Amino acid sequence: MTGAETTAPDGGLLLKARGVTKRFGGLLAVNSVDFDIPKGAIVSLIGPNGAGKTTFFNVIAGIYDPTAGVIDFHGRQMIARPQRSWLEPFLWFLPAFIGGAVIAFAAIEHASEPVLFLLGLLTLIGLMTTMVTGAARPVRYQKALPRVGIFKSARPNDMVQAGLGRTFQNIRLFQNMTAIENVLVGMHTQMKASWVDAMLSTRRDRAEELSAHETARGYLKLVGLVGKDDEYAKNLPYGDQRRLEIARALGSKPSLLLLDEPTAGMNPRETQQMITLINRLRRDLDLTVLLIEHDMKVVMEISDRVTVLDHGEKIAEGTPEEVRKNPKVIEAYLGTPPE
Amino acid sequence: MTAGSVAPERVSLRDRIRTQAHVHRSWTIFVGMSVGSVLLYLWASTVPFSLFQQQNSWIDGFVNAGVFMLLALGLNIVIGMAGLLDLGYAAFFAFGAYLYAFGASPFTHLHLPFLVLLILGAAVAAVFGILLGAPTLRLRGDYLAIVTLGFGEIVPILFLNLEKYTQGTNGIGGIDRPNIFGYQFPGIDQTPYYILMTVVLTIVLILMYRLQDSRIGRAWAAIREDELAAAANGINTVTTKLAAFALGATTAGFAGVLNASKLTIVDPTQFLFTVSFTVLAMVVLGGMGNIAGVAVGAFVLYNVQAVLLKQLNALFEGLNVPILENIDFVKYQYLLFGIALVLMMLFRPEGLFPSQRRRAELHAAEEELPDEEEPTEPVEPPNTGVTEDTRV
Repeated sequence: MTGAETTAPDGGLLLKARGVTKRFGGLLAVNSVDFDIPKGAIVSLIGPNGAGKTTFFNVIAGIYDPTAGVIDFHGRQMIARPQRSWLEPFLWFLPAFIGGAVIAFAAIEHASEPVLFLLGLLTLIGLMTTMVTGAARPVRYQKALPRVGIFKSARPNDMVQAGLGRTFQNIRLFQNMTAIENVLVGMHTQMKASWVDAMLSTRRDRAEELSAHETARGYLKLVGLVGKDDEYAKNLPYGDQRRLEIARALGSKPSLLLLDEPTAGMNPRETQQMITLINRLRRDLDLTVLLIEHDMKVVMEISDRVTVLDHGEKIAEGTPEEVRKNPKVIEAYLGTPPE
Repeated sequence: MTAGSVAPERVSLRDRIRTQAHVHRSWTIFVGMSVGSVLLYLWASTVPFSLFQQQNSWIDGFVNAGVFMLLALGLNIVIGMAGLLDLGYAAFFAFGAYLYAFGASPFTHLHLPFLVLLILGAAVAAVFGILLGAPTLRLRGDYLAIVTLGFGEIVPILFLNLEKYTQGTNGIGGIDRPNIFGYQFPGIDQTPYYILMTVVLTIVLILMYRLQDSRIGRAWAAIREDELAAAANGINTVTTKLAAFALGATTAGFAGVLNASKLTIVDPTQFLFTVSFTVLAMVVLGGMGNIAGVAVGAFVLYNVQAVLLKQLNALFEGLNVPILENIDFVKYQYLLFGIALVLMMLFRPEGLFPSQRRRAELHAAEEELPDEEEPTEPVEPPNTGVTEDTRV
């Protein structure tokens, strides 16, 4: 697995990060990191505790806005430092301002009450439209915003829509939902039924629910959870919870899967199963995987490329062999050898 | 899980009925509501109960209880399903009621059809639900509660002070009674309202159950459980919460129109904070998230408030005990509600008829190991911080 597939089949970059910086007050968690993920590769991000790996992860996933830097995903700029985002609320209230001014003018000119009422109604409709658009942020709206000089970073759900799936370092399943419900929530973006369909229980809605359940069972089977569909997530053993979280992330049919320490707290046998699973996902589902991992055995075994972070800075990058021999990496992990 | 999977050939009748009821849920609700309403109607005219008050008064009380059941069911979407605390819910009730008053009263000389106004009232309430929700739903928990509380205070005050349009404290009177397909509702006999209310409640119950088990119902549950994880699974938390707000407001709009058409008068005092509070108490007592539980809770609580406390008054007045006979239980109803809420929160936070999932959530702390409660992340900056909450 290693080495041979260093370059991705078509050489395209799925994700391109340039100069990503994240500062929490005085703490520089991630400092100007450049990072590429080629299509179809398994890329690992390693580093000592507190190196900023998870922060970097969260920036990619759209949870944190970066302090500086740009991230392109599928060739589209998704994440960057927000620009003039304070302007956006003014855009929402623009119809209200204009409408209010028109109404005031009409009132001064002694317009009749029905006219004033109609103007008020129009203003309200305009306000509704802008507000709902601003809240829902459809893709067209996101693309239109930069034209007026506003840039807003993608939110987590926008990233999922664009094809990113993730798991969490500390498992964040919906504990009081069953395994299959968890996967169904993961499939949210893949389902179409609106609340109107649900209320009317249309044929389309019922068919979609049925096929979604079928697909969800398929994902559960894929990660090795058979016969546990109706088990509450919190009642599953630890290893199964990790696998369920992966199944949930797969539900959105991601092209890039972010795994935050997938083998943390697992015994060697479970770890081996996880390695097999990740490899199979890449092969069967054509996935690209970004991995944060502490277990060097896992990293060396499945990664095509390894990037090492320390104190928020990238100190090494390359194939597992190159990184293993890199003196800077050894120093970061073991400390400076005494003179 | 069920007995059926263990011993397929010997399923008890009870389990079989339960399974069938789940599969044909809409029919079950239809049959249950029909039978229940007929039984209640008969109950009100049987001897021990018809002695307390006239049958018509009972039915009148049931119709009023139906209004509160509608309100509680709507608030259950917001609080029970999506987990958003809304303390200004009466405002949407007011929008529905005033819309009907504007559309069908001598005040505006408009007399639009009842069914049209029913839909319009719900739509207007939904619009205001969205207008309130869009800017505020980025807030969470306590902050959202404060904003909704403020909104709930503003609306009745607006209706009070826009005297030119609402006749202020006098309210708008002489509102048309409903006229459905040529059938004019009578003034005194409450039976037609009872039937109308049963029909509306049946439809709303069916729709609520469908919503709960749909894609959006799961999204609400996910947001309630873990908003960050929900967003990381592609759920647009803002629009999903907005939908909860709008649908909750719609139900309140229905209730408002029905209430206005029944009372034939609307005035701002009908929509004060006490209404929001009463409905909240109904949802909590009934069991947040459990649709049937909330409906039953609202029915019971309304009848306690409107019937039981009055009867207690009558009973104690008859006793001729010096202090007891002067107690006015109706005056103390909010004290009693408050005490009931405090006791509920202490001993049975999941409500009288809890939903399975809510009970699990509320008792999670007792079952889990303490170290699983908080994410353990020793050195790196917290990845569950506040930045995502405050993003615009």
